[in-house]
Amino acid sequence: MLASDDDILAQAESWRQAGRGVAIATVIETWGSAPRPVGSHLVIDDQGNFLGSVSGGCVEGDVVTQAIDVISSGSSETLEFGVADETAWRAGLSCGGRIRIYVEKVV
Amino acid sequence: MKLEHLKALNQARAERRAIALVTDLASGEQRIVRVEDLASDPLAEALDSAFRAGKSGVIEQEGQSYFLNVQVPPVRIVVIGAVHITQALAPMAKLAGFDLTIIDPRTAFATPERFPDVNLIAEWPDVALARQKPDRYTAMAFFTHDPKIDDPGLIEALKAECFYIGALGSRKTHARRIERMKALGFNDDQLARIKAPIGLDIGSVTPAEIAVSVLGEIILALRKKPLRGTA
Repeated sequence: MLASDDDILAQAESWRQAGRGVAIATVIETWGSAPRPVGSHLVIDDQGNFLGSVSGGCVEGDVVTQAIDVISSGSSETLEFGVADETAWRAGLSCGGRIRIYVEKVV
Repeated sequence: MKLEHLKALNQARAERRAIALVTDLASGEQRIVRVEDLASDPLAEALDSAFRAGKSGVIEQEGQSYFLNVQVPPVRIVVIGAVHITQALAPMAKLAGFDLTIIDPRTAFATPERFPDVNLIAEWPDVALARQKPDRYTAMAFFTHDPKIDDPGLIEALKAECFYIGALGSRKTHARRIERMKALGFNDDQLARIKAPIGLDIGSVTPAEIAVSVLGEIILALRKKPLRGTA
């Protein structure tokens, strides 16, 4: 089933209650054509399980990797993706837009 | 994010309440702002427009960057009266992205044949609204112009915080409606919230044209005025 925003944050809460390390990634800014609006969430646990989306599947892999770092370090990160970005060789948005994502640990 | 903040966000969504999580992007400091506590927040103005538009975003204030993550419930329209205008309004409301509920105790009107794929309740408005609970993200339109059906719903609407109340009927019909509501103890300010004659003045004639004018008036109330029952 397709997860709605309701399911996503509820899942984050229940993962945390179950004692797992959890991070929430949120789209905080977009420029140009971006697949998911500001406020969209991706939630990640310390095993790399995730729910939701912050793009059309273009950068989720990278966000999950960074989120696992955030879970272990505990300090929030702001990530930026776009075709003109230096990380474009790794993860980029084919639509030509740019997005900024805030990744934080649930404590 | 603190677990207690996450819980507050989830609970607010379940209860159809507007809430925001404010993040200071430099320090990572966060706070929850409920719409009812808006006035006392230092970012009240920015939050108010974010709540109104239902849009999250980054704002700059005094050299600081904040991310305002606002959660608002989906806007819905509750119609009293499963009449011809309502049949035209139902597909339009859906197309425009509104949740729609239709209430009419007359089972000859409230039939699934007349209203396919719509949340249709064949009950008296006061009974149905006790469960539906109109809130600040609800618009209410009264289409029966029959006091015995409209009035019990209107009383609930006036007590609630809905952002729009509109009632069909001529000026004469509305004058009598106002008298009945005054007799029940509602004052002029409260009664001024009722848009009557209903709909934007675009010279509508047919049921579909009236539906367009009502939907337009609802969108105007939603997008151009604060979502406050008293406004």
